[in-house]
Amino acid sequence: MKQLFITLFVLLCTTGVMAQDTAEGINEGLRAGGKIYVVLAVAVTILVGLILYIVRLDKKVSRLEKQLKK
Amino acid sequence: MRRYWWKILCIVLLLYNCIAGLLVELPQRVAYEESNMYESMRNFFFHVPMWFSQFILITVSLVYSIRYLRRNDLRQDWYAVEFARTATVLGCLGLVTGSIWSRYTWGAFWSNDPKQTGAAIALLIYFAYFILRNSMTDMDKRGRVAAVYNIFAYFLYIPLIFILPRMVESLHPGGLGNEGNPGLSGSSLDPKMRMIFWPGVLGWTLLGVWVTTLFYRVRLLEEKYPTA
Repeated sequence: MKQLFITLFVLLCTTGVMAQDTAEGINEGLRAGGKIYVVLAVAVTILVGLILYIVRLDKKVSRLEKQLKK
Repeated sequence: MRRYWWKILCIVLLLYNCIAGLLVELPQRVAYEESNMYESMRNFFFHVPMWFSQFILITVSLVYSIRYLRRNDLRQDWYAVEFARTATVLGCLGLVTGSIWSRYTWGAFWSNDPKQTGAAIALLIYFAYFILRNSMTDMDKRGRVAAVYNIFAYFLYIPLIFILPRMVESLHPGGLGNEGNPGLSGSSLDPKMRMIFWPGVLGWTLLGVWVTTLFYRVRLLEEKYPTA
């Protein structure tokens, strides 16, 4: 369930970026500065996704450790 | 909180490194006038921390190998191999990112540059460490031989990366004479860039430690070693 939620959240972030392309308005928001902010959004999305992934793995290992200690 | 504050620090530093690295204003003179790097100069914030954190992690691995030889405690051997493994992954990423960068600044993915060749050989030496370690089944013998080889590998790594490429002409910064991109060495690097670069090194090192400790904990579980 949590996995699904996180995946959907990350996907939403990226679609938010893509939607900017079809919207009206020139060089505004994420389109400013030669669209470097789009690259930023993509890179940060990937980074956040990977961080959430490793946090999950960390929790899983902690849970296993607790289980085995009992 | 006491135990995981550094993981939060790691996340904050990595996000800062990524955002600031993409948005910071580059020194015009170095990026555009004195070199052909242009915006690719930003790779400095992402490619170089790979190697810095890789070097820090293999140093930690070396320390654990020495500790294993002194104490004969298997956990030290597991730490050594996991640190070396994470470091090797970072090294591979460093080699690939360097290769991509060199395609657009030096002209080819692989130029047989002393730095590139040295880095590739250094990685191969570490590959041999894992092969050697996995080729033995007796735990104590494996640990001792692997630890001795790890120390040997570390002291081969230093001349291959830090000494030899600097004694000859190289496209990579730090080579003999003024070849390579002048921008990324010492004085021409402005303080603003340093303030993004060093947190990046720390962030990637912490991430390396994080991943390593996860692998180590899984190994303890696998070996049914009583966890503290």
